[in-house]
Amino acid sequence: MVAAPSTPPPVVEVNNLRIRYGKEVALQLDELSVVPNEIFGIIGPAGSGRTSFLKAVNRMDLFDRSMDVEGSIRFRGRDVRTWKNVYSLRRRIGVVFPLPVGLPLSVYDNVALAPRLSGVRAKSELNDIVERCLRRAALWDEVKDRLSSLGSLLSGGQQQRLTIARGLSQDPDLLMLDEFSIAVDPVTTMRIEDVLKELKQELTIILVTNLVQQARRLADRTAFFLGGRCIEIGATDAIFSGEVKDRRTTDYILGRFG
Amino acid sequence: MPPLGSLSQDLDRRDFDWYADKLVEILVFAGGFSAIILILGIFFFITREGLGFVFSSLDIVEFFTSPRWRPTSELNATYGAFALMAGTASITGMAMLIAVPFSIGAAVYIAEFAGPRSRETLKVLVELLAAIPSVVWGFIGLTLMNSLIIEVFDVPVGLNILNAGLILGLMAAPIMTTIAEDALKAVPDHYREAAEAMGATKWQVTRRVVIPAAKKGLAAAILLGVGRGFGETMAVLMASGHAINIPGSIFDSVRALTATIAAELGETAVGSEHYRALFTLGIFLFTITFVINLTADIIVRGTRKR
Repeated sequence: MVAAPSTPPPVVEVNNLRIRYGKEVALQLDELSVVPNEIFGIIGPAGSGRTSFLKAVNRMDLFDRSMDVEGSIRFRGRDVRTWKNVYSLRRRIGVVFPLPVGLPLSVYDNVALAPRLSGVRAKSELNDIVERCLRRAALWDEVKDRLSSLGSLLSGGQQQRLTIARGLSQDPDLLMLDEFSIAVDPVTTMRIEDVLKELKQELTIILVTNLVQQARRLADRTAFFLGGRCIEIGATDAIFSGEVKDRRTTDYILGRFG
Repeated sequence: MPPLGSLSQDLDRRDFDWYADKLVEILVFAGGFSAIILILGIFFFITREGLGFVFSSLDIVEFFTSPRWRPTSELNATYGAFALMAGTASITGMAMLIAVPFSIGAAVYIAEFAGPRSRETLKVLVELLAAIPSVVWGFIGLTLMNSLIIEVFDVPVGLNILNAGLILGLMAAPIMTTIAEDALKAVPDHYREAAEAMGATKWQVTRRVVIPAAKKGLAAAILLGVGRGFGETMAVLMASGHAINIPGSIFDSVRALTATIAAELGETAVGSEHYRALFTLGIFLFTITFVINLTADIIVRGTRKR
């Protein structure tokens, strides 16, 4: 296992995390940390606890009464459950869901929502943010002439890029992407991947993906989750060249599973 | 594999399920179609009774502009419905001032803020409120509200626009709440979760995402409340004071179109001019409620298309 570079403090630090739904344990993580300005890939089959992990980081467990989180998740050095103002925590963490959610507002208002929530009022500043975020999400050229039409009327792929633009508009410290390319065509996926590589300079990214090759292309380090356990964490290069602790990791990567 | 002959027989045989299906189709068609027949029948009936009068002896200008409703005058009967329209409009307006904030507020609380237990309790109570007969509301207006208004505002008569508007507002609010809550509930949860994941507070989610998404349903709820206000009779008759009057303040007694029909129709000779004048009021009311309901319906349909 390759240790994270030791100088900067981790953005996300997990200790003895256990996420349960009722009696069923969805995820048991002894130790995991995400360092600044890396893309941290998480791969693994469905039901391996990846989405539950993202939910716990963003405190979205509050939406789900049956979801029970024990142990500690520290964001920027502080346990997320001790943030009294959960809204300020969520504003620092952008999330992109697997299925696109174009809010039933205009394209412009979709992207301007987060800045408005945090108090930006000046029209010119909002215009700048909207254009910058839409450009980064590779959507600007397609929607610049119809910013006032409903975001929920865009095509699936466009809505997903709108969701990414919205996530960026929060100006987050951490961006969590949950299978963002599920509804996006391959060409656009590549464009977004290029954007993510650039964004890495400014923020930290957790990338949950079903596409093993996507993790290989993007992630600096990759974790392999299986059945609610983290089987493997390591530098992506090492994992993909077969330097693994557990054979199942290689089996999964090569598609020899089941 | 069965021989081809028996297969083709099988394909042509009409069995019990086939007949049952046809029978049900006919029955539900009759059920659905009866609504159209009934509405046409009602429309035909009230126009037949009133329309002759509209063309023969009614002075249209007088009907819409004169406040003098004197159908029983022996020498010179006049049929000016302006005061009645003003009465209905002022009571409905007053009622909406009360019912809109109450019902939208209640709907937002039930749909967005309440926990599961208080939500269920509130929904049952609101529906119970909607089931109270209008004559009971009228009775409350006539006795309780009447003396309360006289005492609190120090006015000689407590049966007025304020009283009828309050009663009507409380009557309309439960139905409006139920419809508005349905409209809010129809906004998919993933919109709420997406907005909350961005750090929006509950109120920000409601104000910036849920209400804009549900605004057409909310508008339809309000319009149906207005329709209810125009059509309500008994409670208005009992609480408004039933005096022909062009109102100058909310403490004036007024008379509503519906209440006039209800109070006078029993005393007129069938086919008389007065009788037919009341039917003219009916045509007018029918047209207004029809337009309001149609507008609400078009608005709701617009939502569905999205």
